[in-house]
Amino acid sequence: MQPTGLLRAGALLYSRDLKLAFRRWEQVTQPVVFFLMVTTLFPLALSPDTAQLRQVAAGIVWVAALLSALLALEFMFRSDYEDGTLEQLVLSGQPLWWLALVKALAHWTVSGLPLVVASPLVAASLAVPTEAQATVVVSLILGTGILSFLGAVGAGLTLGVRRGSVLLSLLVLPLTMPALIFGARAVDLSIMGDSSRGPLLLLTAMFILSLTLGPFATSAALKVSME
Amino acid sequence: MWTWFHKLASPPHFYRIAGLTIPWFSWPALILILVGLYGGLVLAPMDYQQGEGFRIFYVHVPSAIMSMFIYSTMAIAAGIGLIWRMKLAHAVAAASAPIGAWFTFCALATGSLWGKPMWGTWWVWDARLTSELILLFLYLGFIALRSSIEDPQRADRSAAVLALVGVINLPVIHYSVVWWNSLHQGSTMFNPGAMSIQMKWPALAMLFGFMLYYGAVLFVRLRAEVIRRERNAAWLREELAR
Repeated sequence: MQPTGLLRAGALLYSRDLKLAFRRWEQVTQPVVFFLMVTTLFPLALSPDTAQLRQVAAGIVWVAALLSALLALEFMFRSDYEDGTLEQLVLSGQPLWWLALVKALAHWTVSGLPLVVASPLVAASLAVPTEAQATVVVSLILGTGILSFLGAVGAGLTLGVRRGSVLLSLLVLPLTMPALIFGARAVDLSIMGDSSRGPLLLLTAMFILSLTLGPFATSAALKVSME
Repeated sequence: MWTWFHKLASPPHFYRIAGLTIPWFSWPALILILVGLYGGLVLAPMDYQQGEGFRIFYVHVPSAIMSMFIYSTMAIAAGIGLIWRMKLAHAVAAASAPIGAWFTFCALATGSLWGKPMWGTWWVWDARLTSELILLFLYLGFIALRSSIEDPQRADRSAAVLALVGVINLPVIHYSVVWWNSLHQGSTMFNPGAMSIQMKWPALAMLFGFMLYYGAVLFVRLRAEVIRRERNAAWLREELAR
């Protein structure tokens, strides 16, 4: 029997994760609904005045997106851990960092991407001008990506831990704060009509850092949790 | 050298050595901190810009340095524990975390007290302050993760992975005053010529005092940790009965 190649193994795992996620549809939609609802709360609580909303829109969109993505993070490895699939993945002979990367990517596709798709709607409702919409989308693609790759480490560490979800946010939020700072800054700059290039480049650097180093930390975390 | 290393890592040997060395850390620490405080609060000349208010420097800066120093110690110990599966290294990381968290808290609290008269505000959201706050959260996350995993070995190794991931924050804190134009002033301790020697020596005394204090508290906590882990071992019963 020929051993399965890296790309083939990755593609198989990716399509399996997507299939499973779409069979449990509510898991995909819940973060988006949460995102829409949280952002609705702010105009109600602050004031419906457009000029005022525009000032805080960047922060609201980013914080709400981070929290919504955080909701889904807990389930990244949960069901695989419970039914023993994760054990099989660890034993499969494929490099675990690669599988961790693919799983984080699949998780991003079902939890991060819907938020990115919904974000222009949310931004428009907070009176973000059309010119800034591109920055909202780009910064959130990077931001939710960072959260998925960093969050995978936290999700791996908190597997099988009591009250894991609270702990998970305690572990992951401090690490994502830098991304929040630059992401919200980028959106804010482009709302005011300035160039958002600087913070976006920094955000991209963080994304690459989490993409390249995160999977190794995740595989270490998973190995510890599976022992 | 390796036999010495392995000997040190064995719990009975370490327990005895730590017991013997604690006074060598704690007394010099007390003397250095008292001397440093006297030097800083009384002997050092007044700052020409900040007046007497700058004297909080002598607590603030050493605590801030310690907060980062302890995190790096913790991360190195965690790395050693992960790679060579050394239990004592994990115990060092675990015992360091609360001490580091308190030093971080002290740095933030004294900084805030210093900020009120100098900047006119308790807190600003600039890079130095925010990254130090994130460091506090990292310490708290480390402590929380350890305490919520029951199996001690798994707790050790999980927390070690987290400690290593958090190392990314250290260079950010250290260079935050260089990279961003912030309200927080630049580093004076490591900048030759920024401070006269009369102003600097009490700060150095405080810093070394704090380091020795850390060593003393670390050893006390490690001894407690050894007792907790080896509570069923025969050597401990003999040791305690003596």
